Amino acid sequence: MEGSIAGVRETFKSGRTRSVAWRKNQLRAVIDLINENEQTIYKVLHQDLGKDPAESYRDEMGVILKSANYALSCLDKWVAPKKAELPLVFFPAKGEVLPEPLGVVLIFSSWNFPISLALDPLIGAISAGNAVVLKPSELAPACLSFFIETFPLYLDNKAVKVIGGAADVGERLLELKWDKIFFTGSPRVGRLVMTAAARHLTPVTLELGGKCPAVVDAFASPSKTKVIAKRIAGGKWGLCSGQACIAVDYLLVEEKFASTLIELLKKNIKRFYGGNLGDLKCISRIANKHHFERIYHLLEDPHVAASIVHGGSADEERLIIEPTILLNPPLDSEIMTEEIFGPLLPIITLNNIEESIEFINSRPKPLVIYAFTEDGTFKKRILSETSSGTVTFNDVMVQFVCDSLPFGGVGQSGFGRYHGKYSFDTFSHEKAVLHRAFFPELEPRYPPWNDFKLRFIKLAYRFDYFGLILLLLGLKKP
Amino acid sequence: MASEVEKKAVFDTESAKEVVKELRASFVAGKTKSYEWRVAQLKALLKMMEENEPQIAAALRDDLSKPELESYIYEIAMLKNSCRLALKEMKHWIMPEKAKTSLTTFPSSAEIVSEPLGVVLVISAWNYPFLLSLDPVVGAIAAGNAIVLKPSEIAPATASLLAKLVANYLDSSCIKVVEGAVSETSALLEQKWDKIFYTGNGRVARIVMAAAAKHLTPVALELGGKSPVIVDSGINLQVSIVLILPHVCFLCDLHADILICVFQVATRRIIAGKWGCNNGQACISPDYIITTTDYAPKLLDSFKHELERFYGKNPLESKDLSRIVNSNHFARLSKLLDEDKVSGKIVQGGERDKTNLKIAPTILLDVPLDSLIMNEEIFGPLLPIIMVDKVEDSFDVINSSGTKPLAAYLFTNNKKLKEKFVAKVSAGGLVVNDTTVHVAEHTLPFGGVGDSGMGVYHGKFSFDAFSHKKAVLYRGFACDAFVRYPPYTRGKLRLLQALLGGSLLSIIRALLGWS
Repeated sequence: MEGSIAGVRETFKSGRTRSVAWRKNQLRAVIDLINENEQTIYKVLHQDLGKDPAESYRDEMGVILKSANYALSCLDKWVAPKKAELPLVFFPAKGEVLPEPLGVVLIFSSWNFPISLALDPLIGAISAGNAVVLKPSELAPACLSFFIETFPLYLDNKAVKVIGGAADVGERLLELKWDKIFFTGSPRVGRLVMTAAARHLTPVTLELGGKCPAVVDAFASPSKTKVIAKRIAGGKWGLCSGQACIAVDYLLVEEKFASTLIELLKKNIKRFYGGNLGDLKCISRIANKHHFERIYHLLEDPHVAASIVHGGSADEERLIIEPTILLNPPLDSEIMTEEIFGPLLPIITLNNIEESIEFINSRPKPLVIYAFTEDGTFKKRILSETSSGTVTFNDVMVQFVCDSLPFGGVGQSGFGRYHGKYSFDTFSHEKAVLHRAFFPELEPRYPPWNDFKLRFIKLAYRFDYFGLILLLLGLKKP
Repeated sequence: MASEVEKKAVFDTESAKEVVKELRASFVAGKTKSYEWRVAQLKALLKMMEENEPQIAAALRDDLSKPELESYIYEIAMLKNSCRLALKEMKHWIMPEKAKTSLTTFPSSAEIVSEPLGVVLVISAWNYPFLLSLDPVVGAIAAGNAIVLKPSEIAPATASLLAKLVANYLDSSCIKVVEGAVSETSALLEQKWDKIFYTGNGRVARIVMAAAAKHLTPVALELGGKSPVIVDSGINLQVSIVLILPHVCFLCDLHADILICVFQVATRRIIAGKWGCNNGQACISPDYIITTTDYAPKLLDSFKHELERFYGKNPLESKDLSRIVNSNHFARLSKLLDEDKVSGKIVQGGERDKTNLKIAPTILLDVPLDSLIMNEEIFGPLLPIIMVDKVEDSFDVINSSGTKPLAAYLFTNNKKLKEKFVAKVSAGGLVVNDTTVHVAEHTLPFGGVGDSGMGVYHGKFSFDAFSHKKAVLYRGFACDAFVRYPPYTRGKLRLLQALLGGSLLSIIRALLGWS
């Protein structure tokens, strides 16, 4: 493994990955990889997670095609140097900021969106001209095998590699020196990655998770309320059965509105996913036994179990847990302190929806805050008084496909960002370049120092051009 | 006597916890977020400098024997400029930035909102102890954070002056200075911060980042490296006419020989960047020179001539040179000079005064690439000149070191060489035909890459370094795309494919069932 990675570094040194033509070729290759293997990808995603083709396309393949096409159309613009305005004292001079690849980058991707969370950062790394080593999660084994098989067929094998294996392989990779590490996963492993990166002063981007709340204000219009319930029901269980870093983890709603919302959610669950455990459809399964047990265990606390108002059953053999809604489980229970990452939705009622701000602030900063409200003042309060990676008003999940918005966390939900140009930037070094001329030459820059020179430089620093002229003409009083 | 002892209580983990707790309470109460508060703090910093310039210069003289002009210009004036720029531009920096949305999320609008990270830790270095402490603080204030500043104990006079001035001028419920050395810094590093901004060396940077990793705290590390200067023989060393008119020179008391219009611009600029910047103890000082074998003698002559013009025949007595900061660094630099394979290569200077911690501007010619002096950041007044056959070979010398420096410099008139330099040399920042001046340019991001660090600051980049850029998406209720929702059908899949593709035509086709 170390040998093949050394080969990747040699390839980067040769300068091959820097050429814009190479980058565009690789991006087109990613597009071909997806398009020419559509049915296979549906198959492996179904194998690993039980995803329906529509879900697979919407959340994985479509995202990658969109990212790659966007990068292709913008690449020439992104690689161009950006001019920096310089003040007159520097005249004549030219300043610019030039993006360059960092070098050889390591990407760790996670198992819940095994295609998109692997290839989306890869697109960014390639656009920025890097050589890439990708270590996908072994917990999505069919997708991992798919990558191992197809990468050499489509991508430049000397510069873009995929490495399989489990945690031990990850550890070995972390001992090596990288020019950047991009990690998607849990905070626990994020800490290990950053600690390892510190040994080599490797910059990192950590895309983590957290408990993403959805604040639901009362709406006067019943039709809007229906849309809200639809969006929440679709977003919570329709994307990998709640196993998403941006899934709605819990709801905050006013007491008097709770039952309406619960009824609407139940209706939508039935409509989208089916009436009971036996005929559940269009919903992913839980990734594996370990996670199944972890999630199911959250319901074992008797107080938590007592708060279930819908669902709660599970099929251990098929690794399916049905969409479950809970009303006011104890706030100190595990389901309310740990990231759920599964199809359980606690609803916490408040006397007044404004209390949601304090509730959210007393917990670690999440990746997203969802807020359903029409109240302009409340929107402003949420924006200015809470902190999260993103805030989405009146919908869930869709911020993920918005290329002009940076996607990333803050605090415990991570740092660094990507999507669109942010992906390019995250894998680039923005090199400052200043071109100076030999003429004119300012004598006061040099020792031996004297009072005239001191005054000259002080005026220069203030960009006091008039004062400088006066000084030179001997007309400036000390 | 007893109360003095009590006052100097040990700053341990408990004390660090208390400080963070207090600052966090202030931050949560919203004190630092208000625009008025930020303006008041920046104005207070300006006032602090205006009312204490001589004290600041005196502390810098104590710590580094820093020439007065360097103190005023490179520490005070630069910091004043940072404050003034922030005061002028902050309103714009704080404003949300509109972001475009596409057909895929129609109807929607989006923006990016800057918000403070929270409670931040700034650890600064000893060589520009005033500037490197407060320049990041300016950025942190402008971005609305609460701050702990830990100045370097290796510049103790400046550290204690900073502690006093910050307590007197700034809001101490939100901005604190913690003095101390390794144990105090360790106590601080155990706490949870929302950002750590560290200026210093790679060894300590690794410790800082590892400590930050425990809390998933983002870091900015402003480090150093061996900043090379490539000097192309193509340049005319004797260029340029003095800017100042002859009769003005007379009025202003300049040396009469400046009236003679012959200068050696490149050499002077290298000297200014090397010995004129804290006597080579600066992260962006030229570390070593690469030039062609043919040109080296000419270059060396030029250096000798200009060095004497700047610092006189006895540079150890020149008031215009900082001293070496302490005996540890003096010993370190002496060791570099005393190494067997290097000691015979000194061609200029080499004089040392151990008592006064002074080393004269020293140039070495043709040191071996595997010598100590060529394998660690010099950070002192020693300048090796490495010779190559063709000037293009310099790029291999630089890139073969395996590390990327904070800055790299090139002196040439050759356009192709400039282009090659910019394309082939990776460093934090590059300057063509000058040294170090890019640090004063606030529209250029200042920071390293690889071993020279991560993160940037100066100007708006400082504001950004201490901000979280929060993405905000506003969605409407109309046009709720039914394709988003199960049950999934083939038709929905087609439409979804078209919708994600974003092309209006394919969406229409899918809707009409034509795809």
